[in-house]
Amino acid sequence: MNHLMGAPELPGVAAGLALDVDSIRGDFPVLQQQVHGHPLVYLDSGASAQKPEAVIQAMADYYCKDHANVHRGVHTLSQRATDRYEGVRGKVRDFIHAGSTNEIVYVRGTTEAINLVASSYGQAFVGPKDEVLVTEMEHHSNIVPWQLLCERTNATLKVVPIDDRGELILDRYREILNERTRIVAITQVSNALGTINPVHDMITMAHDVGAVVLVDGAQAVPHMSVDVTDLDCDFYAFSGHKLYGPTGIGVLYGRESLLNAMPPWQGGGEMITKVRFEGSEYNELPYKFEAGTPDIAGVVGLGAAIDYVAGLGLDLINEHEQQLLAHATARAAEQSGMRVIGTASDKAAILSFELEGIHPHDIGTVLDHEGIAVRTGHHCAMPVMEHFGVPATVRASLGLYNTRAEIDRLFEAIDKAQELFGQ
Amino acid sequence: MSDLRELYQEVIMDHNRSPRNCGPLEGASHKAEGFNPLCGDQLQLYLYVNDDSIIEKVRFEGKGCAISTASASIMTETLHGRSVDEANRYFQAFCALATGEREGLDQDLDLGKLEVLNGVREYPARVKCATLAWHTLQAALRGDKTPIKTE
Repeated sequence: MNHLMGAPELPGVAAGLALDVDSIRGDFPVLQQQVHGHPLVYLDSGASAQKPEAVIQAMADYYCKDHANVHRGVHTLSQRATDRYEGVRGKVRDFIHAGSTNEIVYVRGTTEAINLVASSYGQAFVGPKDEVLVTEMEHHSNIVPWQLLCERTNATLKVVPIDDRGELILDRYREILNERTRIVAITQVSNALGTINPVHDMITMAHDVGAVVLVDGAQAVPHMSVDVTDLDCDFYAFSGHKLYGPTGIGVLYGRESLLNAMPPWQGGGEMITKVRFEGSEYNELPYKFEAGTPDIAGVVGLGAAIDYVAGLGLDLINEHEQQLLAHATARAAEQSGMRVIGTASDKAAILSFELEGIHPHDIGTVLDHEGIAVRTGHHCAMPVMEHFGVPATVRASLGLYNTRAEIDRLFEAIDKAQELFGQ
Repeated sequence: MSDLRELYQEVIMDHNRSPRNCGPLEGASHKAEGFNPLCGDQLQLYLYVNDDSIIEKVRFEGKGCAISTASASIMTETLHGRSVDEANRYFQAFCALATGEREGLDQDLDLGKLEVLNGVREYPARVKCATLAWHTLQAALRGDKTPIKTE
């Protein structure tokens, strides 16, 4: 625990156990502004969530009072910095229900976590004729590292297809899995479609053929409670900045036995116990995978973000977001010329769509003009765009601070776009 | 909405709805592919340049936003019958217009209908949409084999 921060408060939870969103919005300085003369409506949390005051202050407080390098010195500041840095590791362990802090490796983000596993585990345990399995809905960061691995090792990349609702075709998954499958890399929640995948069952099936499973949790951790022990996944990756924390910090969870068996990834200080020109000895977990001075302030901010989110409660956050998604989905069904991309039965709060006769980029400009921030483009998921035959979509991705009134403003602005383009 | 109309002028909306010189060109002497990875816009540009370096024919096809489609359409109208040297002058002038660097403008050049795209200078994220066709033109005239990207 971070004794310097004091106990996390519980603002934003109103009586009756629902989120008090009005109060929550007051925690986010960035939301208190106008864009093009309209109150900002931020619907791009899937790309990066905004930061509560608690996160910003925790990082400022760390730099004002406690900064020094970690694990290095005998002096007081170094000890304080180390305590804060390691204290957060315990928070992360508890947050995702891992067994040990040895299994929590700090990285720059989800992308780096996946690259670490693809390089280190992949290089050691994947060879020619082996197969690596991804899905058609993966973010580029859960495709390209595996392509690079397959190029280096002459392994084969296999792809589980999706159907027209944006759900994985599990029968095909079952067929593609075989005893040559070494790694299955799947997202828990699709960033482009919102689909929540049945990763628990998929992990069991992968283990049945002896494959290890990496779960990309970047879009999952902000929306739902994650339990890596219950999932029984081998690796789990997520980013701080989508969880209302700072950019540049993320987490790789790895099963301790696997992390121990893996060679180091990057070499440098911190990851060694002894360096001689004849050969070096590597540090114990998790430091073996943390070469160099880490993003200490980022870790402190991540810890504050976890306190904030856990303080509100992921069950309440999920309930609030699901209500917003239901409202948005109902409005979308009534909007003429709108096609929702991604209609899975189990979805996180992401509404991806296109409008007949108007390119997503033009919609994005009109919405921005109305103070509404959405993502337009391929969302780093070009295979998904190809599947649905679109070059791009508009994506409204919701967070814990969004309101029903903001969804209504989105649809009013969509009306304006359709009027402007004569649709 | 008023200043959105500065960006989406009626001429742009018209060229977006009914792009001119749209479709493949048989017997093209130059062609190139342009791609804007940010928004997924892509276009193929075809030119027929005769022995006197005059652009006799120019056509394009592709998918894009209103700004990139209208820009490509208006570009083809502008280039018809121009020399390659003139086309290069228009390229320079158009980039200066789109980025708001008016000092880069060629005072002797009448930009004509291209002026309707000057609204993009207020929208930095959209400048690449407007210039995609023009960068593709440059690639075609240089004879580039790989698609050009605006990123």
